[in-house]
Amino acid sequence: MSKEINENLEDYALDRSSHETIDGDIATLNLGPTHPATHGIFENVLTVDGEKILDAVQTVGYIHRAFEKLAERRPYNQINTITDRLNYCSSPINNIGWAITMEKLAGITVPKRVDYMRVIIMELARINDHLICNSVVGVDTGALTGFTYLFQQREAIYELFEEVCGARLTTNMCRIGGFERDFSEAFNQKLDAFLVNFPKVFKEFDDLLSRNRIFMDRTIGSGPISAERALEYSFSGPNLRAAGVDYDVRVMNPYCSYEDFDFIVPVGSQGDTYDRFQVRQEEIRQSLSIIKQALAKMPEGPFHADVPEFYLPPKQDVYEKMEALIYHFKIVMGETNVPVGEIYTSVEGGNGELGFYLISDGGRTPYRLQFRRPCFLYYQAYPEMIKGQTISDAVLTLSSMNVIAGELDA
Amino acid sequence: MASNLTNEVVYAKLKENFGDKIGELTVPFDLLTIEVTSNDAHSIIDWLKKDDTLQISYLTLMGAVHYPEDKGRELAIVYHLHSLVNNFRIRLKAFISIDYPTIASITDIHVAANWLERETYDFFGVIFTGHPNLKRILNEDSMDYFPMRKEYQLEDATREDKDDRFFGRE
Repeated sequence: MSKEINENLEDYALDRSSHETIDGDIATLNLGPTHPATHGIFENVLTVDGEKILDAVQTVGYIHRAFEKLAERRPYNQINTITDRLNYCSSPINNIGWAITMEKLAGITVPKRVDYMRVIIMELARINDHLICNSVVGVDTGALTGFTYLFQQREAIYELFEEVCGARLTTNMCRIGGFERDFSEAFNQKLDAFLVNFPKVFKEFDDLLSRNRIFMDRTIGSGPISAERALEYSFSGPNLRAAGVDYDVRVMNPYCSYEDFDFIVPVGSQGDTYDRFQVRQEEIRQSLSIIKQALAKMPEGPFHADVPEFYLPPKQDVYEKMEALIYHFKIVMGETNVPVGEIYTSVEGGNGELGFYLISDGGRTPYRLQFRRPCFLYYQAYPEMIKGQTISDAVLTLSSMNVIAGELDA
Repeated sequence: MASNLTNEVVYAKLKENFGDKIGELTVPFDLLTIEVTSNDAHSIIDWLKKDDTLQISYLTLMGAVHYPEDKGRELAIVYHLHSLVNNFRIRLKAFISIDYPTIASITDIHVAANWLERETYDFFGVIFTGHPNLKRILNEDSMDYFPMRKEYQLEDATREDKDDRFFGRE
């Protein structure tokens, strides 16, 4: 290990003589791979002069699970479960992104109701993702209270997911063509309760941190990145918007009828931790507004498209109807005919543009599936963002960038 | 943000500047896809970024695809680029031989390509010349093969119960 670290440092050719040090000592510090402050398995080898960071080298891949290779051996409907495990803070968005990709490839048009249901689920997932990120930023500045306040509301979101699909974290929620089942009465009640309760708690959380002098002092100017650099590093999502670029896939390339909804794309100006925090706070408010709009305009109709080749029939029919049995068998065995094609689709994930580059050769499984994982791209900028900062800022920057180990390492 | 660029306009501009280095115009699923020669991929991507009207300066994704049947051009390096100003996406493909899997690195144009190229090297063994730090990224350093190549079966290759022949396919 120490050999590797030295090699890494040599690679980055740190010129030790150019730094003015307090006592002439430069130390190497391992932040991670398992460190309570990093919220996931991230290894950073920091070169520090006292508290000041001179250089950092990241090592990634600790939880690499070969998703792209796995996908080449799995029938299309089984890939849904892989996408769960990318950004597991907002897995429904990944599931729906994959379903949209397959629907586009197979030329399936889903009913308007499905789009609206998906929007509600995706925005709930986005709220959840941002809540985790922002409350953890609070924790890393020493404000644990906000985190505990929001825990209950995150639980409410997980319960909503549970009502739709039975799972909480790795939801495997969406099906090619629509949903497995319609929103239940219990879901609607819980969602109404959430829409009443959450804004109050959220306001309390916002009041605790947003204009808190200590929080502002800690976060303003910490881990900044300019819009130009952020674009060069292919940032996307809240991190790019915090730097001042209003790129949002929901607006630029609308999917799932996002064009039907009015919402603001908030942008920051400094690209620092405070801006990232504020952009996420505003996006949570916008997501709430989108959910309310979707509920108000929710069309009647079926909750899935009529595509028996892709959408599993009700289990009772499988026992009683010949056709349902045939389709069930074909889907489960991966015998559905999929068009030959090459497709790239993207959705606005919790932390940026989540893309699916799929090549189908007409076979049972994808010929090639590549995920655009936003974390993987923007985590590259991490050393640049924390150079010259203190170690505590490095921790703060990492959590405010919302780097999710599952997505980073695929 | 309405886009005033069309596939034809962009293609014509590329053709005008690079001539026969540009392959045919194809638009699978609404995304302009152009094959370019591997020697010129770097300069074309550079030009796309610097051109004042196109401004295709955002690297969305890059990676490789392995086609073992296609002799002499087994590896496709695929670039997805995006012009945020014009909201225009383009996909470039460069084919290289697996015996000499070398292509110029675009890290000098797009900083974000650094890890993507490392990942492509890690999984497909593509050597990016000019890359500042080309080594494995997700797999461990001692690995001596490139796992995303098609010859590496995920499951036991002798297993026959999932053979396509049993399902009426060749």
